[in-house]
Amino acid sequence: MSGVTGLLLRGGTVVDQTGSRRADVAVAGGRIQAVGEDLDDGGRGARVLDAGGCLVAPGLVDLHAHLRQPGHEEAETIETGSRAAALGGYTAVVAMPNTDPPIDAASVVRDVQELARGALCAVVPAGAITVGRAGTRLAPMAEMAALGVRLFTDDGSGVQDSRLMRRALEYASGLGVTLAQHCEDGGLAAGGHLHEGEWSSRLGIPGVPAEAEELMVARDIALARLTGAGMHFLHLSTAGSVALVRQAKAAGIAVTAEAAPHHFTLTAAAAAGYDPVFKVNPPLRTDADVGAVRLGLADGTIDAIATDHAPHPPEAKDAPFDQAPPGMLGLETSLALSLALELPAPDVLGLLSWRPAAVAGLGDEHGGPVAPGRPAHLCVVDPSATWVVRPERLASRSRNTPYAGRTLTGRVRHTVFAGEAVVIDGQAQR
Amino acid sequence: MKHLLSVDDLGPEGIEEVMGLTDSFVEVSARSIPKVPALRGRTVVSLFYEESTRTRLSFEAAAKRLSADTMNFSVGSSSVSKGESLRDTVVTIEAMGVDAVVVRHSSAGVPAQVARWVDASVVNAGDGWHEHPTQALLDCYTLRQHLGSLDCRRIAIVGDVKHSRVARSDVAAFARLGAEVILVAPPTLLPPSLAGWPVEVSHDLDAVLPKLDAVILLRMQQERQHEALVPSLREYTATYGLTSRRAALLPEAAVVMHPGPMNRGVEIAADVADLDCSVITRQVANGVAVRMAVLFLLLGAG
Amino acid sequence: MAERERKSTPPYGGVFFARSRVMDGDDVRRALTRIAHEVIERNAGLDDVVVIGLQTGGVPLARVLVEEFARIDSADVPLGSLDVAFYRDDIGLRPVMPEAVTDIPADLSGRTVVLVDDVLFTGRTIRAALNAVCDYGRPRSVQLAVMVDRGHRELPIRPDFVGKNLPTRRDEAVDVHADGVDLGDLVPVDDRRRRQR
Repeated sequence: MSGVTGLLLRGGTVVDQTGSRRADVAVAGGRIQAVGEDLDDGGRGARVLDAGGCLVAPGLVDLHAHLRQPGHEEAETIETGSRAAALGGYTAVVAMPNTDPPIDAASVVRDVQELARGALCAVVPAGAITVGRAGTRLAPMAEMAALGVRLFTDDGSGVQDSRLMRRALEYASGLGVTLAQHCEDGGLAAGGHLHEGEWSSRLGIPGVPAEAEELMVARDIALARLTGAGMHFLHLSTAGSVALVRQAKAAGIAVTAEAAPHHFTLTAAAAAGYDPVFKVNPPLRTDADVGAVRLGLADGTIDAIATDHAPHPPEAKDAPFDQAPPGMLGLETSLALSLALELPAPDVLGLLSWRPAAVAGLGDEHGGPVAPGRPAHLCVVDPSATWVVRPERLASRSRNTPYAGRTLTGRVRHTVFAGEAVVIDGQAQR
Repeated sequence: MKHLLSVDDLGPEGIEEVMGLTDSFVEVSARSIPKVPALRGRTVVSLFYEESTRTRLSFEAAAKRLSADTMNFSVGSSSVSKGESLRDTVVTIEAMGVDAVVVRHSSAGVPAQVARWVDASVVNAGDGWHEHPTQALLDCYTLRQHLGSLDCRRIAIVGDVKHSRVARSDVAAFARLGAEVILVAPPTLLPPSLAGWPVEVSHDLDAVLPKLDAVILLRMQQERQHEALVPSLREYTATYGLTSRRAALLPEAAVVMHPGPMNRGVEIAADVADLDCSVITRQVANGVAVRMAVLFLLLGAG
Repeated sequence: MAERERKSTPPYGGVFFARSRVMDGDDVRRALTRIAHEVIERNAGLDDVVVIGLQTGGVPLARVLVEEFARIDSADVPLGSLDVAFYRDDIGLRPVMPEAVTDIPADLSGRTVVLVDDVLFTGRTIRAALNAVCDYGRPRSVQLAVMVDRGHRELPIRPDFVGKNLPTRRDEAVDVHADGVDLGDLVPVDDRRRRQR
């Protein structure tokens, strides 16, 4: 076990929230031992991992992944999801609570934490805001928070009842936890499967207007102002939503936001062939929306990139477009897509690592900095390696990636989780 | 051309080719033995997830008149088993050796998905709100019989365009043949975006009628009433129904078409509907000939 | 040149280049007059005779033949046209489209059908025409009149009335038109541009 022998990441450029520098990193006992140029292994026979030409960064942190366990193991399990995460450079993943049963009580939190032992990354359960995610009664957030849950969301749906959402925010602020919202006004969105606009009209499929998301973003900003509580917005996808959050931040309201890679790389035109692999909620939007999300990532309006990794088995995605479940894989492709944003690499890594760590309240353990004494959660990224996305070769149990056949640039070479090299030369070690 | 999933698959010359072939097949259908050996040995399968006896029989007759063999999978019979995935059903059918699959489904895009899973040619017989290409071709044929060329003709499509696959296909086909197409409907019955559609839009039927060569009335579906798209059928008829007063506004030679079945008293007044020299519902015989033309084009013409 | 001929002669769908004129317009006219007399003689008159021209090459010849019948015998012989596209045996092997709508003016049962075509080659077109004709009734007999028989039969088909027997090579082509009959070659479309320079 490398916990005994140690690791030496040699020849890379360390990038974290303090800056970039050429340095080797020595790891032992689950912690970073040393960071500096030309380190040797100190005679301990540490395993040397070549990081030449690579960036060595704190392990990535995903604020938003659906690991499907318990209840939908045919799509993904915590184990297979964590393997996909590790291959994507992630050392921590927040697991969404829309499982079956949903994560709305201490018992389910404990189950997930138990299943997460032995995973290839940290799997941190998020709790539901309402019982059963049904949107009528508050879930026992305190008892879940006592087990370490820091983030609560009904993701999959938004909380429709404004009064209930206000109560939830007030209650949450007393607990020091963060509420996150899947913004979707049920009335406006009802029956839609695509972004409402040129493509939904051409394809003859009912659409979801941008306003269905923006209405709830606006409402929750107002409720955050009313209650003084913080609010995190999941998967923002429209120009209007980004503008609202920008305004709210300028006014000093404590909101944060994330965006998924598919919302800054794909538009509704991708669904022209009716392939349900392009069906997602919120849906793929317009060029203008994609541009606004990219701008929001660049100017700090959007704090984090989160994958919204949503596996579905092939038979589910072979259904007619309006019957297929929405969702796309994301853990193994997000890094390359994010590097293609044409932002400086430290900014991209910030969006993928330390900034989501802060939102999730994981900053003590995850997200760096890469410094002696810190837990050894690291990823080694080759920013110029090209590779072709082949669905059948992904570690996820499912195959629903919208990037099948695409050549991407940027790949994880090694991933170190708690001092263990879980990915070496692009291969998962277990 | 391998598939007919939408009118656009036909390209600019394609519609003319179908019209010409339809003439030939009208002649074939008029014979005492209405059959030619053109598709002998080929198999055409109907896969109808939405019940429609008329359309299915029309395709079946078309295939048989071309001497093709036919097979039938319809949701009415038990051969489309519930629970079996669409893909599994389609792959099983293909394994039996078929040359063409005619697909009707209530979900848009299913024929396109089927086309990805099989080697056979796929014909869209109606998919959700999206398209119904053979009906549009039939509409073109019928209109040409009455108007001659459709180039520069003004054709209005009145009613629930938003949910009408026939309307979408008609727009594409008429525009391709050079007609000016006007959609007349309340905003709630139009698609959210008409960007890129070769149409004009009007909410004033009276203003549009005097300059038309043809008007196509869409069925105002009773089933849609709960969706609050129009306040009431009465209001719809008052603003968009072809009443006798409105029928008088039409030019003498204008043609009135209705896909049928008609809601008398809703989109068309009962007394206007009974002027059977003016209202034309689907011509069943021509429908078979149009579908023969499509099948021949896909399987015979190379 | 008949589209059908052009499409069924290698290189399929090429452009015809004439090398020599084997019959001029007068020769064709004289041949049709002779054939008209032969038909009348063979059938002891023109009762119950129906002339059907095969699209497209046979149609103008059939029309002239019927005019000759009117001139020689004052007979008003029914004239029809037949497109055999739907009866061809190479559907699916290469692009097949009908040239024109078939028009058969009468019930053919009990009639003497005289098929008229410009060039008789492999015989496959006539085989298809026989199938088509029989779908319109049961003729008493079917006779075949062609302007040129160029040999190379692939099926047991023989003409009853021939304008000219013309031995040809398999890869040559024959074009019957208003001013006569030419012997030449079919050149692939992309070659045509080179030839024109």
